[in-house]
Amino acid sequence: MTEQAAPHRGDNPAAHSATGTHAAQTMTGAQSLIRSLEAVGADTVFGIPGGAILPAYDPLMDSAKVRHVLVRHEQGAGHAAEGYAQATGRVGVCMATSGPGATNLVTPIADAYMDSVPMVAITGQVASASIGTDAFQEADICGITMPITKHNYLVTDPADIPRVIAEAFHIASTGRPGPVLVDIAKDALQAQTVFRWPVETSLPGYRPVTRPHAKQIREAARMLVNAKRPVLYVGGGVLKARATAELRILAELTGAPVTTTLMALGAFPDSHPQHLGMPGMHGTVPAVTALQKADVILALGARFDDRVTGKLDSFAPHAKIVHADIDPAEIGKNRAADVPIVGDAREVLADLIVAVQAEHEAGRRGDYTAWWERLNAWKTTYPLGYAPAPEGELSPQQVIERIGQLVGPDAIYAAGVGQHQMWASQFIGFEKPATWLNSGGAGTMGYAVPAAMGAKAGCPETQVWAIDGDGCFQMTNQELVTCALNNIPIKVAVINNGSLGMVRQWQTLFYNQRYSNTVLHSGPGHDGVAPPPAGTRVPDFVKLAEAMGCRGLRCETPDQLDAVIKEAMAIDDAPVVIDFIVHQDAMVWPMVAAGTSNDEIMAARDVRPDFGDELD
Amino acid sequence: MSKHTLSVLVENKPGVLARIAALFSRRGFNIDSLAVGPTEHPDVSRMTIVVQVEDLPLEQVTKQLNKLVNVIKIVELDPDASVRRELVLVKVRADSETRSQVVEIVQLFRAKTVDVSPDAVTIEATGSSDKLEAMLRMLEPYGVKELVQSGMVAIGRGARSITDRSLRALDRSA
Repeated sequence: MTEQAAPHRGDNPAAHSATGTHAAQTMTGAQSLIRSLEAVGADTVFGIPGGAILPAYDPLMDSAKVRHVLVRHEQGAGHAAEGYAQATGRVGVCMATSGPGATNLVTPIADAYMDSVPMVAITGQVASASIGTDAFQEADICGITMPITKHNYLVTDPADIPRVIAEAFHIASTGRPGPVLVDIAKDALQAQTVFRWPVETSLPGYRPVTRPHAKQIREAARMLVNAKRPVLYVGGGVLKARATAELRILAELTGAPVTTTLMALGAFPDSHPQHLGMPGMHGTVPAVTALQKADVILALGARFDDRVTGKLDSFAPHAKIVHADIDPAEIGKNRAADVPIVGDAREVLADLIVAVQAEHEAGRRGDYTAWWERLNAWKTTYPLGYAPAPEGELSPQQVIERIGQLVGPDAIYAAGVGQHQMWASQFIGFEKPATWLNSGGAGTMGYAVPAAMGAKAGCPETQVWAIDGDGCFQMTNQELVTCALNNIPIKVAVINNGSLGMVRQWQTLFYNQRYSNTVLHSGPGHDGVAPPPAGTRVPDFVKLAEAMGCRGLRCETPDQLDAVIKEAMAIDDAPVVIDFIVHQDAMVWPMVAAGTSNDEIMAARDVRPDFGDELD
Repeated sequence: MSKHTLSVLVENKPGVLARIAALFSRRGFNIDSLAVGPTEHPDVSRMTIVVQVEDLPLEQVTKQLNKLVNVIKIVELDPDASVRRELVLVKVRADSETRSQVVEIVQLFRAKTVDVSPDAVTIEATGSSDKLEAMLRMLEPYGVKELVQSGMVAIGRGARSITDRSLRALDRSA
């Protein structure tokens, strides 16, 4: 959890006085807003000005501390703020005007809410006298975002601005992080007000619990050492709590296997021998099966999402559940917990390590030898893999795997949503926290390019790659213009199979190969099967890239692959787009079909793993 | 399914009712009755929400409500250890022939006649939902012309207060 924006707590008035160290100053609400953003430590804002927010853009121009990145669409601003937040661990900030500016932020706000991304969205609102009159560019953005924000504010009194900004950053970044929207009426931005900092916050109803209960921790440790078939089921909360070092210590101390969800890739090294891979719909056979056969599951900052559990009532039927999460509402929501633990993942893990050590000192230690024999057999028999592409064609998995190998685990990877996202999760090889950005809960196509932009703006020294699909890329590629003009040189690998690949995969498997509206590069007359005739690709991504001020490269055959990736890596002065033409029939395996039991996992098409019929 | 009565202390701020109503609708919970009003503390409002859910979803309702930043405290009131009241105003057809019978029912239920006209009386009654239901059943045959009923308000029995501690915290931070 970031401490960046948490100067004050409402329940600790002794820590701060009303006026603080700085004298009160008279200024406009807009100046007060920018001063507040500077004071909470915001260094980058992604946004687009417009009528209602215009007053704020005037003092923003003079700020030496806050850099504003002018995006091309507000959705890009929102995802960029998410990418910035996920990569840096600090609160991401986006700004938009009222009405359509604000509603264009709705998708990224919903995305941040689903993935618990700390974000503050600042929107202009029509003047307070006009609110409710259907004024020009008026939208009730507080009402619209109520179910998709952790909290939101409508500010009509300029005196509230510093307190609201301090509270917004505090709420966004503490407890279970999430998006907070601050909607400010135009007249509040224009009016004269008094700016004071530090400012006293008032949040009597907001007291996240971070310290876990000692008795529950002891019980969890006891269950772990008494387990025969434990699994550590690690979710995004472990990354958000920056608890990866503690996780590794606990894993190695206990010797238990680890599975990291889509939101937690990088929390535990993919290369670690205790790592089973990712669970869920496109998880590895060992990870999915280990959860099904486990007798104790220790869930850490994970939420038993339907994409992980499959058919819920057949998920992990033999397992006792220890569920640790900072959000009490997650515990028992989908799966009843035998040992519920409310707390910050880092504190939970730190306490668990001590409790497990105490068990060991008392001579109680888990013996997982037989369990590892089975796990290793599954790992050997059902490793991740893919069918080779037809001779001379590129397989998408090979492209992604090679990028992972050549670029390495220090880079940051952002993905869109679909087949390419799953292949990236399977074949990049994540070793470090905060190196994988994706839209997990919401599944927002078009996330990759703006999120990569935000990550690169926050971590300019790090190589940032967007692994994108050609469908996703066509939703948000306009932000490459922003990247080109603002010296944000990201790399974009377009995994171009000419179709909405994941939807097409479902059509292949569940809709009798009837490819309704999933072919992107041809018109409605196309049968969905024939390869595109040469030269008919619309759009031409190389030309598109160049038109947007980026370098455009293309790779069509396996023998060009390494050279093209290396060429892209060598370009530092501009964003790069690589159009990888891959064969369109590749599918994501393993797969648990939606709504079925995880026991029905298919390792590949028509290949159901044989687990024997041993009883547990 | 069983009925549960939740007392919810919230910050007295615009939009709080909308947040709570939206949460119930989004998470698919049904509100039986809802009453909102001020408390002894000017910055705090109190809602009494009656929901009809099983125990497990009730836990979810409570946890989700607790996540709302403006919600200060939630207490489930045990029916046996709390006083629960509703208010009803009902306009009943009553002419010179039936008026005395209607008034007799009003007295039986210790209700009040608050308005009389040649062919109707308006009755005010407070009590538990059982008592009010029984009274309305008795009045039905005469002809109910109009009825308005409040949501339930409830308070725990005994000297303990659910507001004491939370309001002290609020005073400190104010």
